[in-house]
Amino acid sequence: MSDRLGDRALVGLTAGASVIAVVIIGLIIYQVVDSASPAISKLGLGFLGHQTWNGTDVFGAATMIYGTAVTSVGALLIAGPLGIAIGLYLSLLTSGRTAAIIGPLVELLAAVPSVIIGLWGIVVLDPIMRSTIEPALHNVLGWIPLFGSPSLSGAGIFTAILILAIMALPIIAAITRDLFLTVPSELKDGALALGATRWEMVRGVVLGSMRPGIASACILGASRAIGEAIAVVQVIGMVYQIPLNQFANGATLASNMALHATDNSTPLETASIFYLGVILLVMELIVNLAAQAIVRYYRLPDVTSGAAAVAVDEL
Amino acid sequence: MAAIDHTRPLTPTGNLRRRRATDRFMRYGCTLAAAMAVALLIWVVFSIVQRGASAISWSFLTQNAPTTFGVSAVGGGIGNAIIGTAMMVAVATAIALPFGLLIAVFLTEFASPRVAGSIRLALDLLYGLPSIVIALFLYGLLVVGNGQAGVYVSFALAIIMMPLIARTTSESLLLVPKELRDASHALGISRWRTTIGIVIPGALGGVITGTILAVARAGGETAPVLLLSSLANTSTTSFSIFSQPLNNIPYDIFNFSEEGGAANIARAWGAALVMIFFVLVLNLVARTLQSRRNRRMMSR
Repeated sequence: MSDRLGDRALVGLTAGASVIAVVIIGLIIYQVVDSASPAISKLGLGFLGHQTWNGTDVFGAATMIYGTAVTSVGALLIAGPLGIAIGLYLSLLTSGRTAAIIGPLVELLAAVPSVIIGLWGIVVLDPIMRSTIEPALHNVLGWIPLFGSPSLSGAGIFTAILILAIMALPIIAAITRDLFLTVPSELKDGALALGATRWEMVRGVVLGSMRPGIASACILGASRAIGEAIAVVQVIGMVYQIPLNQFANGATLASNMALHATDNSTPLETASIFYLGVILLVMELIVNLAAQAIVRYYRLPDVTSGAAAVAVDEL
Repeated sequence: MAAIDHTRPLTPTGNLRRRRATDRFMRYGCTLAAAMAVALLIWVVFSIVQRGASAISWSFLTQNAPTTFGVSAVGGGIGNAIIGTAMMVAVATAIALPFGLLIAVFLTEFASPRVAGSIRLALDLLYGLPSIVIALFLYGLLVVGNGQAGVYVSFALAIIMMPLIARTTSESLLLVPKELRDASHALGISRWRTTIGIVIPGALGGVITGTILAVARAGGETAPVLLLSSLANTSTTSFSIFSQPLNNIPYDIFNFSEEGGAANIARAWGAALVMIFFVLVLNLVARTLQSRRNRRMMSR
């Protein structure tokens, strides 16, 4: 009798905890939308296209939507190829012994708190950007409007892109490595036995069969870049503008929320911050659901969910 | 169709040479990418150690920031920040650990594949949410109209930690052999006693590993403290986590780095060194536990 009660209690307790996890997501969406509603009803969809943000009565998100889009796409263009290359190196191109040392070191890069990466960006990276990297890129690629005149401080959109790339890199590397390790050795050995070089085997068998998984890994890397607030505040310069020149200052949705949420200058400002939160929430939910949809549709191994990438998973 | 000339020895043609060159080029490229990532980690850690070491002293670890805040203010430390972060993370762990454990047990022991799938999806979505959104949610729910408190940060950190703990725990629960459960059932032991007495202890290593990693991650989260505990008095030590905002290490690093000035930047590096030391140690402990567990699993 007491055993039956205990069984029921345990099932109820564990099920209750699981339900709470689902409820929290619903609660987050409800609260952010609810707090944003004064701004949504007053500013409407015009908020998305308006460029001014003066902190008291005029609010628009266009500059920040641009900043978030440019920085996350830029970070993905850098971290995507490099992350996949590291994933290939760790899973297929080196010995298990080497991978067991290098792999954890790459993952450790993801464990460095973003505020410390941001501090490093301000003190170490900014001066190098200002004195060397930006002038060099401007001299060689200056005919492309994206690489305009270098910034005076070293802070700017391009520096933010590099910082975000550092954060997305270990995520993409760890997920793609785990993904490539699941390719059946029969396929790999078969390709090698047919006379393929190692790279031809990688290109033909591994990259060919793992394309959806790689896409999903890159999406999760981009998700990290879209949502990063702190390090971006520290290195982007926080100016509301839409410059073509990537060395200029900018702002992103997440960084503006972090910097101005507690200002409380007017009720409309607070509601507008939550409106930014709604936009960011929608972006992140779409991106993460897309990654999950790819994993489920192609029945990929379970290494591609965000949490698994950070967990120690060399079983 | 060219006939094969059996008299020619098997030497590489130009085509094979090109294929081998491509192969070598791509392999070196991948190796270089991995080397770059490791070099980057070393560069970042080296910068912190090099610049932070000179700031570290007993008084830096125990004293609070000077009351006269400003670019010229020297001395002082992060004593109250260390206490604040420790309290926030401790309360967060006390919330997230039982929740994560219960969810993991439900996922592996009781839920049908369909239900488990949708709860896993919810956990993955929760994990994918940026910490600034979770912070904004709690800011709207608790802070607006009431003011900040350290425990609100703990709530945010608990939401961030829970999916990670649930994930690692459910993975190690799955590794507990089915025979153990069957044997326990065969002895007439009820399901809840089996779960609590046999299954969970068998997965304890995974629970601890996951919790340590979650603590390492939560300690450095800055977005939640910026919204939920940024208005603390930085020059006094407070233990009132439930009623007041508490100073903490991530906020100190952010604040000092944004204020600028040589003395503040030096303090920021010192605080960063303390933070990264704990992150590295916790990751090392988690990995050691994990590899020891793996070895035992292999030998079984």
